[in-house]
Amino acid sequence: MRVNFTVNGRQQEADDVWEGESLLYVLRERMGLPGSKNACEQGECGSCTVRLDGVPVCSCLVAAGQVEGREVVTVEGLADFAKQRAEHGGCATAACGTTLDQAKQWEAKPSDSQTGEGSELSPIQQAFIDAGAVQCGFCTPGLLVAADELLERNAEPSDADIREALSGNLCRCTGYEKILDAVRLAAARQEEAV
Amino acid sequence: MATIGTPTNISQGSRTKGGIGESTLRPDGTLKVTGEFAYSSDMWHEDMLWGHTLRSTVAHAEIKSIDVSEALATSGVYAVLTYDDLPTEVKNYGLEIQDTPVLAHGKVRHHGEPVALVAADHPETARRAAAKIKIEYVELPVITDEASATAPDAILVHEGRDDHHIGHVPHPNIVHRQPIVRGNADEAAERADVIVKGEYTFGMQDQAFLGPESGLAVPSEDGGVELYVATQWLHSDLRQIAPVLGLPEEKIRMTLSGVGGAFGGREDLSMQIHACLLALRTGKPVKIVYNRFESFFGHVHRHPAKLYYEHGATKDGKLTHMKCRIVLDGGAYASASPAVVGNASSLSVGPYVVDDVDIEAIALYSNNPPCGAMRGFGAVQACFAYEAQMDKLAAKLGIDPVEFRQLNAMEQGTIMPTGQPVDSPAPVAELLRRVKARPLPPEQQWLTAGEEADVRALPGGLSNTTHGEGVVRGVGYAVGIKNVGFSEGFDDYSTARVRMEVVGGEPVATVHTAMAEVGQGGVTVHAQIARTELGVSQVTIHPADTQVGSAGSTSASRQTYVTGGAVKHTCENVREKVLEIGRRKFGSYHPAWATAELLLEGGKVVTDGGEVLADLVDVLEGESVDLELEWRHRPTEAFDLHTGQGNGHVQYSFAAHRAVVEVDTELGLVKVVELAVAQDVGKALNPLSVVGQIQGGTTQGLGVAVMEEIIVDPKTAKVRNPSFTDYLIPTILDTPTIPVDVLELADDHAPYGLRGIGEAPTLSSTPAVLAAIRNATGLELNRTPVRPEHLTGT
Repeated sequence: MRVNFTVNGRQQEADDVWEGESLLYVLRERMGLPGSKNACEQGECGSCTVRLDGVPVCSCLVAAGQVEGREVVTVEGLADFAKQRAEHGGCATAACGTTLDQAKQWEAKPSDSQTGEGSELSPIQQAFIDAGAVQCGFCTPGLLVAADELLERNAEPSDADIREALSGNLCRCTGYEKILDAVRLAAARQEEAV
Repeated sequence: MATIGTPTNISQGSRTKGGIGESTLRPDGTLKVTGEFAYSSDMWHEDMLWGHTLRSTVAHAEIKSIDVSEALATSGVYAVLTYDDLPTEVKNYGLEIQDTPVLAHGKVRHHGEPVALVAADHPETARRAAAKIKIEYVELPVITDEASATAPDAILVHEGRDDHHIGHVPHPNIVHRQPIVRGNADEAAERADVIVKGEYTFGMQDQAFLGPESGLAVPSEDGGVELYVATQWLHSDLRQIAPVLGLPEEKIRMTLSGVGGAFGGREDLSMQIHACLLALRTGKPVKIVYNRFESFFGHVHRHPAKLYYEHGATKDGKLTHMKCRIVLDGGAYASASPAVVGNASSLSVGPYVVDDVDIEAIALYSNNPPCGAMRGFGAVQACFAYEAQMDKLAAKLGIDPVEFRQLNAMEQGTIMPTGQPVDSPAPVAELLRRVKARPLPPEQQWLTAGEEADVRALPGGLSNTTHGEGVVRGVGYAVGIKNVGFSEGFDDYSTARVRMEVVGGEPVATVHTAMAEVGQGGVTVHAQIARTELGVSQVTIHPADTQVGSAGSTSASRQTYVTGGAVKHTCENVREKVLEIGRRKFGSYHPAWATAELLLEGGKVVTDGGEVLADLVDVLEGESVDLELEWRHRPTEAFDLHTGQGNGHVQYSFAAHRAVVEVDTELGLVKVVELAVAQDVGKALNPLSVVGQIQGGTTQGLGVAVMEEIIVDPKTAKVRNPSFTDYLIPTILDTPTIPVDVLELADDHAPYGLRGIGEAPTLSSTPAVLAAIRNATGLELNRTPVRPEHLTGT
């Protein structure tokens, strides 16, 4: 079957998709977007978390056909997504997600895929680097998407809020402490910027 | 730029930034947060095929026949390989003993053993074709424990064993045995006022690295193959791959691709040979990516263990003797079992002074899943048992458990049970003091002022199963000792290539090693070392591959010590060459070139008095320095096979934990509230990374305390829970605050005084949590992980 959907602000078309193929497989193997990771294929580890019409989902559990006509944001598009959210008023109050219309207003910008240079990082991405929350990094894309969504709807999360929001993302390297630090750091910087 | 011949003083501000001791950030951080870092599962090649492994559905059986015809006839399938298709007479591989078949021949010895391979144009096609392969098994009885392994009529897991250990083990189903006898434990026991005995069980833990086994093999024009793979030791893989493929090592070019964690689970081969075989057979690039289910069968696990301990102590709290017997289940193939036995026995006393010991550790062959390396490597299981014993003794003597440990704590100069003196700082008592001195977290944190209980902070968390009734708190302590580096006489060297040149008007150093960066941050530290030694800010880390000499394994907490040592050593030699060039070019301008101690700092050649003699750009203009050197730490020696005596270890590392838990005694649920840790790291080369390693190791220890276990059916030896739904690792909700207290007591034998750090925090975390649960509940709890039924008595 053919699936038409938007990925990181770009209209995409996937051909010859099997009925059983997951959104994760289509992103990784057909769209050339390997940023979403596959670590369990059961929705247990969160490594493949993407936003589907703004909602964080495990892309391994979404059948590709389900995304027909919908909006997907992956870690590759996170920086632009966050930037344009900020430009379009962002989230000054608590509990304001990105609307579908807002999501459609932006496009991903090119960056050097070899070095990452030229890519402007979102606050949560920068905070993960600065706080030492990245070790092997395999869980990082999924955590970033989940954490970014948390900060979008809750600008000042408590530790319990952070733990709850990230409880679907496994990390085997860090012990989570530095991930908590990173989310706190991003929230604090967001606060300063306002 | 300094003018040649007119020395100036270097200001503090021009010292090289980003050197050792600073928390510099990862060079791969940006790529990892943008999703652009290429992990082994992200590899792609034009015209690429997908490989799939068919694995045995039974644990122990003779293979009567394999029929691949239907699989081979499937549209989209390019190759189906079995044992008969292996190209040479070498059909097995292994880290220490070559007993692991590339593909099963004649027999399968464990559930999930690879039997056949398929290459196809879509991963699903490969899976479906593999399902059409017909295998006729005749099942055999399974060996699953010591009793079934060593029974007089036991079937041998491996027939015709003739390795060097055979005369030393009481049964061919025992891989290795290491006794350690020192003093006279029986005589010393007579001095004991109290004696405690205990029998402990340690469950099978999985490394559960998040990035499953994967890689890409590309056939090359010279008949060789290029392999891009996630591994812990490229050269060890190469040594095992080449004979099976029948290729000289030069024809197999290996490049490390992004590694999604390792923790020991990538020391053994997984898909490496399989992908190469399929690529060479089909003439096309072949990628293999395990899913999580297969990953549980694709790597070795931590040895489950039974540990039998006896300790004695006088009434004033001094240990008199220790006797122990440690039975590790190595599963179907040897993997690293012999070395795990060496560690378990030599570290079985823990960080305590006990002069009279009688120790024996063995590893079994069985039909359980193969076990080998995992963070802590044999020291973990022993620590679980000896720390439980310490608490029992302290309770029996009425002495505070921390005080009791401190009374018996080893220190610099203590003689190990192997006869080896501990010749660097061993701050065991101090580490315990530090975790104990830390203020306790407030009790009943789920109580929120005037509101309902915050169930997220309770045992069971969001499952909302309790509101605080029946919740009791406990506090527990533990401390452990881990060796650093490969022991028992292993030639544990590393190689580094360092190049220095001017690029774009800047002095630049390039560091090339074959070190596997598995997440630990070695790439960060190598750049820091090069900046410190060579005084340049620009350091490029060359990708790890087999075009440079071996770096040894990223395991045993050794890479910063050994490959870091190699980078330091090579940089020192590069510095000398740079200074030679400087003397040749500019020596006549200033006498200090010949007479002073010269350093490279801030891109300049500087005297130890701070005088600038030249810019590195001027020295290196038109020239470059390029050196590849090996570096070794001081040698070790094998343990005597009968007495266990020998200077077997390079260095030790120490960590202590205090666990605070809350237990719902009605539901059998545990919430770890805090897990404080103190560790001596010798010298923190990168404090941020050090803390990250300690917290990560602590969390793996927490996992095996309360949830992690591969369940193997004792009747069939089949794995029951190979998925992240059923094998649980700690989430952010299960993991408490982990305050870390870092000591830096330099080890004078090590580069910069550093101490390997990766493993020690995994040791004491588990027994500290168990001690806290015992403290909360009053239960004995001699097995880990603790499950609800152990706490509720159901």
